[in-house]
Amino acid sequence: MFVRLSAAIAAVSLLGSPAFAQGAAKPTDPQIAHIAYTAGVIDITAAKQAMAKATNKDVKAFAADMLRDHEAVNKQALDLVKKLKVTPEDNDTSKALTKQAADKHAELEKLKGAEFDKAYAANEVAYHKAVNGALETLLIPNASNAELKSLLQTGLKIFQGHQQHAEHVAAALK
Amino acid sequence: MKLGWILPIAASLMAGMSVPAAAATLQITMDNLVISPAEASAKVGDTIEWINNDVFVHSATARNGDWDINMPAKKTVTSILKKAGTIEYYCRFHPNMKAKLTVAP
Repeated sequence: MFVRLSAAIAAVSLLGSPAFAQGAAKPTDPQIAHIAYTAGVIDITAAKQAMAKATNKDVKAFAADMLRDHEAVNKQALDLVKKLKVTPEDNDTSKALTKQAADKHAELEKLKGAEFDKAYAANEVAYHKAVNGALETLLIPNASNAELKSLLQTGLKIFQGHQQHAEHVAAALK
Repeated sequence: MKLGWILPIAASLMAGMSVPAAAATLQITMDNLVISPAEASAKVGDTIEWINNDVFVHSATARNGDWDINMPAKKTVTSILKKAGTIEYYCRFHPNMKAKLTVAP
């Protein structure tokens, strides 16, 4: 068991986000809703930082796209939990995600100009990849409510789009 | 008897003015991050009604640069096809949304 868990942590760490490994204990719907919402809030915060600090116009535009899309997804998520009368429940995965994001935010805050642009774009690729991995392997399979599952599936499609978009932006900066 | 010569004239007139006479409207929908139909055919002069059912902004961006249509969330926009060709297009914001439009002259 210990070996399998370690292997899982190692695998997820490769994706750049060890936070999700802690969710291996089958999250409940209220926890899944919290994790998904938190993941959106993190990218919104990162986008606001980039809109203030980025110098490259494609990076700025990308950040504005992230802000707009993630706010739209999170609004749908809030509407859904209200409708389902589910109270999102904080959990270790959400906490670890928030902590990691705060560290990354502080790290990016120290950078300027092209350095910031590159680091933000690279992190957006890694972050979306990690969230997509978690959606596919952890959140979607464990969601029991059909509407929640469906919203997560829409989220996966949109985040996969963001990942490709981020890859284009990051590649153009090299 | 009279129709015998009117019809060929009418037909040849129509052939000469085929663009305005045959202009059609085609609907292409973006729904839940999917473009449908994924492959469509139209003619120069036709109108495309781009219907965005999502709460996200989408675009229909031609890879060859012929056009770049912006679609606000939950809105429909129209454009008229001006150039023939087989055009692959995608959404700039979600490049995993891809489709093809064949425009005949």
